[in-house]
Amino acid sequence: MNFELDTEQDLLRKTTRDLLSGVYDAETRNAITATDRGWNPEVWRQFAELGLLGLPFPEEHGGMGAGPVETMAVMTEIGRALAPEPLLDAVYTPGGLVAEVGSDEQRAAILPRVAEGELLLAFAHDEPGSRWPFTDVRTAATRSGDVWTLTGRKNPVLHGDCADTFVVSATLPEGGTGLFLVDAAAEGLTRTAYRTHDERRGAQLALEGVTAEPLGASDVADATDAIVAAQVRAQAALCAEAVGAMQETLRLTTEYLKQRTQFGAPIARFQALTHRAADMYVLLELATSLSLYATMALSDGIVDPTVASRAKLQVGRSARSIGQEAIQMHGGIGMTAEYPVGHYVSRLTAIEHTLGSTEDHLRVLAGAVTEHERVDVTGN
Amino acid sequence: MNLTLTDEELAFRDELRTFFTTEIPAELRERVAAGRPLGRDDIVTSQRILNAHGLAVPHWPVEWGGKDWTSVQRHLWLDELQLASVPDPLPFNTAMVGPVIAEFGSQELKERFLPATANLDIWWCQGFSEPEAGSDLASLKTRAVRDGDDYIVNGQKTWTTLAQHADWIFALVRTDPNAPKRQAGISFLLIDMKTPGVTVRPIKLIDGGYEVNEVFFEDVRVPAENLVGEENAGWSYAKFLLGNERTGVARVGATKVRIARAKKLAAQVRLGSGSLLDDPLFAARVAELENELLALELTQLRVVASSADGKPNPASSLLKLRGSELQQAATELLTDIAGPDSLPVGADGIDSPDWAQRSAPVYLNNRKVSIYSGSSEVQRQIIASSILGL
Repeated sequence: MNFELDTEQDLLRKTTRDLLSGVYDAETRNAITATDRGWNPEVWRQFAELGLLGLPFPEEHGGMGAGPVETMAVMTEIGRALAPEPLLDAVYTPGGLVAEVGSDEQRAAILPRVAEGELLLAFAHDEPGSRWPFTDVRTAATRSGDVWTLTGRKNPVLHGDCADTFVVSATLPEGGTGLFLVDAAAEGLTRTAYRTHDERRGAQLALEGVTAEPLGASDVADATDAIVAAQVRAQAALCAEAVGAMQETLRLTTEYLKQRTQFGAPIARFQALTHRAADMYVLLELATSLSLYATMALSDGIVDPTVASRAKLQVGRSARSIGQEAIQMHGGIGMTAEYPVGHYVSRLTAIEHTLGSTEDHLRVLAGAVTEHERVDVTGN
Repeated sequence: MNLTLTDEELAFRDELRTFFTTEIPAELRERVAAGRPLGRDDIVTSQRILNAHGLAVPHWPVEWGGKDWTSVQRHLWLDELQLASVPDPLPFNTAMVGPVIAEFGSQELKERFLPATANLDIWWCQGFSEPEAGSDLASLKTRAVRDGDDYIVNGQKTWTTLAQHADWIFALVRTDPNAPKRQAGISFLLIDMKTPGVTVRPIKLIDGGYEVNEVFFEDVRVPAENLVGEENAGWSYAKFLLGNERTGVARVGATKVRIARAKKLAAQVRLGSGSLLDDPLFAARVAELENELLALELTQLRVVASSADGKPNPASSLLKLRGSELQQAATELLTDIAGPDSLPVGADGIDSPDWAQRSAPVYLNNRKVSIYSGSSEVQRQIIASSILGL
């Protein structure tokens, strides 16, 4: 039993942290997120140089062949810095599907370019009105000879505004859900880009008979398991990002309590505040524990949606409370766009609503309470 | 980074599991699992079986019966003990006074007390709290004045758990009322409860039971050889003791057993055409509690895995704080499951089951866990100051 990063993993964490802390202060971040793209191509280039864009991909395709622990280490730093670069949405999740499901040719054609920062992907799966766990895909795939076409709507497609290639889920003629590659410039594809409340970007896709290339060998197969696995990995990564964001949110709050003076004393003298800060610390540690759990399970080769739901439930509860308390304890300054804490809270709220809200996960877990006598960590 | 236990650790765990479930009488463990009260003899019986196999005080120094285990092994011992519903070894003996004597006592005190303490031949109680010294323990007033080879002790302790069974009390007493700091004038003294001038008066609690007492000292003559360590150095021994006390307090295993039991009982409570367990609102409450407990267990494992040197970790305040809350949540759950059947208490010959009749007293009794051993507010204060620097 070991909860520590090894030397190389710790170096990766530190390198990522140094890079981001060198780039992003609150002012720079606000300036970058106000641009059309919303993130910094120069930082993206540096990610590519460091190998972060190919981190989880096989070495034969320009990647680093790293595992879930490395992804967690990087995502925690993304969260801490509130870096807007779409590492998860444009690289890890859709690229992971290409690595998992794609043919050798597709992997060779796509992954090295993603790792080099030349190609942006996005995973178009959710549909208007869908709630996690979302299985009832309405976007339909039809085949005419060797040509596949897709028709339907996808929303939200996170960071779909800038993607060059989409990985799109669609219902297969014989049932099941297949995955397809769709070029962003394909005829019949309408992309409506938008901003999200956490200063990120997204898009809705309308597909009307869009030509698509099946992901994988020529036989189109049901990819439901691969989609579930990709979501479990993405949920673990989001939990890690949230932990980084909560660490920084708590740090900002405790610093503020020490520095802000009212009634002739630093407000850190008031137990009404310090005891609540202690509760924030407790919630952060509980969330950290379950984030580690989700990552370590993946690292042990266990891809289990229940584990991901457990992590997402605790992280969601912690994020909600830490976020609200952080703004409250800052007072008015916490409400301003100039100050970072509100932006962290916005991001934490967005993470809560991505890949299943806190209550979506609780609902799933509640439905399964009779399936075990008790919950055990290390297996019996 | 990995969550798995090594093969050796798994074998170790299985060996303990087999021992606890075969050597400790099943009738005793069932009573613990069902939340029924234990008598003095039950606790003595269980601890002596553990001690005969070297399992009562594994965290003590090896020469006094300890095991030189890793922190993971110590965790597995405690976890399996609780999962098997083995009565806890008496904490006043094994977690409190024993380690203090082993660490700070003279050779003579060690030989005189440690074997008997491990085997529960001596039942200890804890003389710390006083009517005016609760969370602010250092304000304690019980005096010990040196008189030749003795101390003369006067004063009062309170909330003294199971003093009615105790042979001895380890007490914090003020030996230097003029010390520059209050903490610097306190000593750690061992007092025979049979000494003339010691009076025990029981305090009835809200669950109807007698568990704590007031202990009065009136000109109690205590041989000076019963002083642990140095005179006026008792505060540092007390801090050492409280640090030990808090590491085992999360009681994750015990809460797991309670929640598992709650689910079984809820399945027997009729609701509409099904059972209470089928109700989504109830299931969500259980699922949330199970998840909170998992998060606590993993946090405890992080502390265990990082505390190879066995030193107290400030994060143990988190374990105490959260562990108390979840023990309380589990006992609340059980009495809420009992619902109207929780109203009768101690009634024979009625249909309200025994567990339901006991559930409200157990719930009320468990309100104590966020008060004793450093209240939740004290733990928050420790987290705010030692961890957050506030």
